[in-house]
Amino acid sequence: MSAVPEPDLHDITVSVNGDERQVTVESRHTLADVLREQLGLTGTHLGCEHGVCGACTVLVDGAAVRSCLVFGVQVDGREVETVEGLAAADGRLAPLQQAFLDSHGLQCGFCTPGFLMLATAYLRDEPEADAEELRDVLASNLCRCTGYQGIAEAVTAVLMDADDD
Amino acid sequence: MKPGSFEYHRAHDLDEACRLLSDAGEDAKVIAGGQSLVAMMNLRLARPAALIDIDRLPGLSHVVIEAGALRVGALTRHVHLERHPGVLPGFEVLRDAAGLVGHLPIRARGTFGGSIAHADAAAEWCVLALLFDARIRAVSSRGTRELAAEKFFEGLFTTALEPDEILTEVVLPGGFTNAAIREFSRRHGDFATALTAVGWTAQRGRIGRPRVALGGVADRPLRSTLAEELLEGEKPSMELFETVGRQVADSLSPPADLHASADHRRRVAGVLTVRALAEAAGFPATVAMEADR
Repeated sequence: MSAVPEPDLHDITVSVNGDERQVTVESRHTLADVLREQLGLTGTHLGCEHGVCGACTVLVDGAAVRSCLVFGVQVDGREVETVEGLAAADGRLAPLQQAFLDSHGLQCGFCTPGFLMLATAYLRDEPEADAEELRDVLASNLCRCTGYQGIAEAVTAVLMDADDD
Repeated sequence: MKPGSFEYHRAHDLDEACRLLSDAGEDAKVIAGGQSLVAMMNLRLARPAALIDIDRLPGLSHVVIEAGALRVGALTRHVHLERHPGVLPGFEVLRDAAGLVGHLPIRARGTFGGSIAHADAAAEWCVLALLFDARIRAVSSRGTRELAAEKFFEGLFTTALEPDEILTEVVLPGGFTNAAIREFSRRHGDFATALTAVGWTAQRGRIGRPRVALGGVADRPLRSTLAEELLEGEKPSMELFETVGRQVADSLSPPADLHASADHRRRVAGVLTVRALAEAAGFPATVAMEADR
């Protein structure tokens, strides 16, 4: 009978949606695993677990990354933002989330957290309204339901609103 | 879809990284951005016993031109090349290539050195390393070596790196006056069905020192010395480029897989070669497109 190896555990400190969290993680657990299983933040979804679908997209130090391709232990000392951090504390939706509703940018909702975080990172760069560039960015993630147009409309609506400010 | 167990060690400087890697033995792997490695580990195609994390090592993420050569630190993220604010005279094709690597979130984490060490036959940086006759710096507890790109890619995901070596820098000794990269994939961000990169130095209106490199058409990136011989000393013309494209296609024996037959890869590689040559020559896009037959 082969022995089960002792888990390789590491203590990390990570800021998650503005809260500093101290967690003990097993090295083989991805950031997605740690967020979902240890921190109870199940808004981040697992679609493929090999970096193709983008449903697991979160922000690490402001950059959109695939949380299934980062080990939890690698974000020690970093700032992580997940979909749970978008809405206000009183439940009011962020403008991007409201735009997804208004533009029918979601149906089953499985890909939605990944798209919201991808779009959040993109909008923070304050890009010019460029339909082709937006398509290029949104092509990072897969959606089986919507056909993507509603998603593009939602992000464009927020971008145009931002331009008006 | 969960990786097997491994021991994780984070290195704080290059010496520590080398020591950790050699102590950990042959079943250890270096990890930085992890965009290729973690995917393989999740699928259990890779099961390293230990990971040495060099993701935060200082001093390895530079992009600098010195005496006409481009030095790229191994930890340079793809996105930094894509968005590089400076002019890189002679090396502009790297900026075009950077935007072709995967998707934006992959480019935020993945590294130049990691891509070359991983040696996927369809990787843009591997093809460009061949195109530019790059020199690859490898460091271990035993010292430093410089490896020539043309001897670096030994087979499927296999390089000349020893298990205890860390790739720290890639030097491209000189640029091109004319260069282009073209790739085809069935979906945005997929691995290329085929990709072609070309470069030359214009000498009195003729093609000097041409280089043609291909990806996705073998178990490793390839240079086409056949194409280079056909181009050397010639004036750029669509007729020349079409001949080169046909002969390059005929010379290839690409693999067949789920994504493309061998014949399809061969034809795509030929077309991309023509288009890349036309783009490098500055011919209008419509002219290059008409060449597809």
